[in-house]
Amino acid sequence: MGTPNQGALISDDEQLGLFQVARKAFTDTAILDAEYAAIFNKCWLYVGHESEVAKKGDFVRRIVAKRNIIFNRDTSDTLNAFFNTCPHRGAEVCRESKGNAKHFQCFYHGWIFSCEGKLKSLPGADRYSSDFKDQDRGNLVPVPRFANYRGLCFINFDQNAISLEDYLGNAREYLDLIVDQSADGMTIISGQQDYAIRANWKLLVENSNDGYHAATTHATYLDYLANTHAKGNEVALRGIGRELGGGHAVVEYSAPWGRPIANWIPSWGDEGRREMDAIHAKLVERHGKEKADRICFKNRNLLIFPNLVINDIMSLTFRTFFPTAPNYMNISGWALAPASESEWARKYRLDNFLEFLGPGGFATPDDVEALESCQAGYANSLESGAGWNDISKGMGMDASYDDEVQMRSFWKEWNRRVAQAAGNAE
Amino acid sequence: MNLPTRSEVEDLLFLEADLLDNWQLKDWLALYTPDAVYQVPSTDLPKSAEPDTSLFYIADDFVRLEQRIIRLGKKTMWSEYPRSKTRHLVTNVRVLGQSDDDIQVRAAFAVYRTKWGNTDIYVGSYEYCLRRDGDGLKISKKRCNLDLDGLRPQGRVSILL
Repeated sequence: MGTPNQGALISDDEQLGLFQVARKAFTDTAILDAEYAAIFNKCWLYVGHESEVAKKGDFVRRIVAKRNIIFNRDTSDTLNAFFNTCPHRGAEVCRESKGNAKHFQCFYHGWIFSCEGKLKSLPGADRYSSDFKDQDRGNLVPVPRFANYRGLCFINFDQNAISLEDYLGNAREYLDLIVDQSADGMTIISGQQDYAIRANWKLLVENSNDGYHAATTHATYLDYLANTHAKGNEVALRGIGRELGGGHAVVEYSAPWGRPIANWIPSWGDEGRREMDAIHAKLVERHGKEKADRICFKNRNLLIFPNLVINDIMSLTFRTFFPTAPNYMNISGWALAPASESEWARKYRLDNFLEFLGPGGFATPDDVEALESCQAGYANSLESGAGWNDISKGMGMDASYDDEVQMRSFWKEWNRRVAQAAGNAE
Repeated sequence: MNLPTRSEVEDLLFLEADLLDNWQLKDWLALYTPDAVYQVPSTDLPKSAEPDTSLFYIADDFVRLEQRIIRLGKKTMWSEYPRSKTRHLVTNVRVLGQSDDDIQVRAAFAVYRTKWGNTDIYVGSYEYCLRRDGDGLKISKKRCNLDLDGLRPQGRVSILL
């Protein structure tokens, strides 16, 4: 039995088939600071979907890695992300959570900015130098890097970061399996699920693509499925987990639930079967049978490192989350759908979403409970013998959806970045 | 039009609150009509939002509401076993009117949930539709509009509001 090095945060021994994570990683404020420095300030972070700002002037306010961001589409149809702060004395220039605005006005001293971020007017302009408005220092400050991958918009606080495409790397194949579900684009459905968990953010990373916990944590959900509409649909949970590089990972598997794209279950009746068959046929036409079958009949839980979860399961959800303390995180969740799907499909998509997902679903509340229970257990993290998590399941074996390879993938990238930051600080 | 009095409606809503706080959930469900719906919209949605076109926290038809009760009765529903302590405070009850068989009622609520040393508060307004049922009243719709910016720190609506 290997004993991890003193001071190390992960221990990875392939020969012993042992992968461990120090529980200190979930409780230590110095580690949280290192995570902000080495991960959230360096990685590409999801800010929103382009459909949320579909029209010129549309904006949403977002908190991303403690920053207060305006994500908008300006009058020249360009997407932007600005820091939501007046360059004058700091007040927020956007005080609504979403809307449409050609201008933003700081209410403190009345400076007005175009939705392109340019300072348009300021009271008492004659008391500033005559070229003040032409200087950049009066404009809203854009986030250093902004990029859009097929509708998914990301920001990066590191001016020198690699391109978003390179950062996403092999994960693009899985993002394409989402975006390619629709010929006319995907859209975020109205209604944002904001919630919090009194647990470390990395517990939600692990939980979001953990096939191992379903049978016990979600026993009551599986009972519900068996009692209601999965009756007569005896598809087994079966599939694989895969490392995608850069900390991104995915599990891809078959499951007994219906999928709005496009896995019919008996309780959806004849109308549902016609809908699902038509969606499948269109996808075959556009992408060929192999890819269409993969889109329709496989489920995917995808992690884009560090904190974007895309679960393409009984419904399609995006979820991102940020820690405010080692034992607390804020989460936002959305439902995504093809822009022009039928009323029938939209209704069933949302119905499917709520039966499993979100803080009122039949599953997520039990995940919240499990994560908070882990965090409570980490009160013992300094004790000998109780200081390490075991993430070894499936090491050295053929990949299965309910192993832990996808978590090891996250932890290796996490450790590479956090350890490097700690090294630089010395 | 034969609208119920406010005290008649309050008797029903206070009984409902009492059943919920005592975890008598089968008796609670018996207060509902067999076509009843139970909804908790997401907190950023307008009042007019409907669950067929917008993402809610909860949008149960009677079948799922029944399943929710079954789930709440199981020891494998980890988020509510051990059970939390709850207290439903219902106030500002108003009988607004009637269209067809549905009697519209609005009320204010504060629901306290305590578990593992944390006490979380859910506050908002109830919109009810009630129906005459013999001498009494039954609930055909309960919509809980939260006056919150999301479920922070509550994290879940695993109890019934």
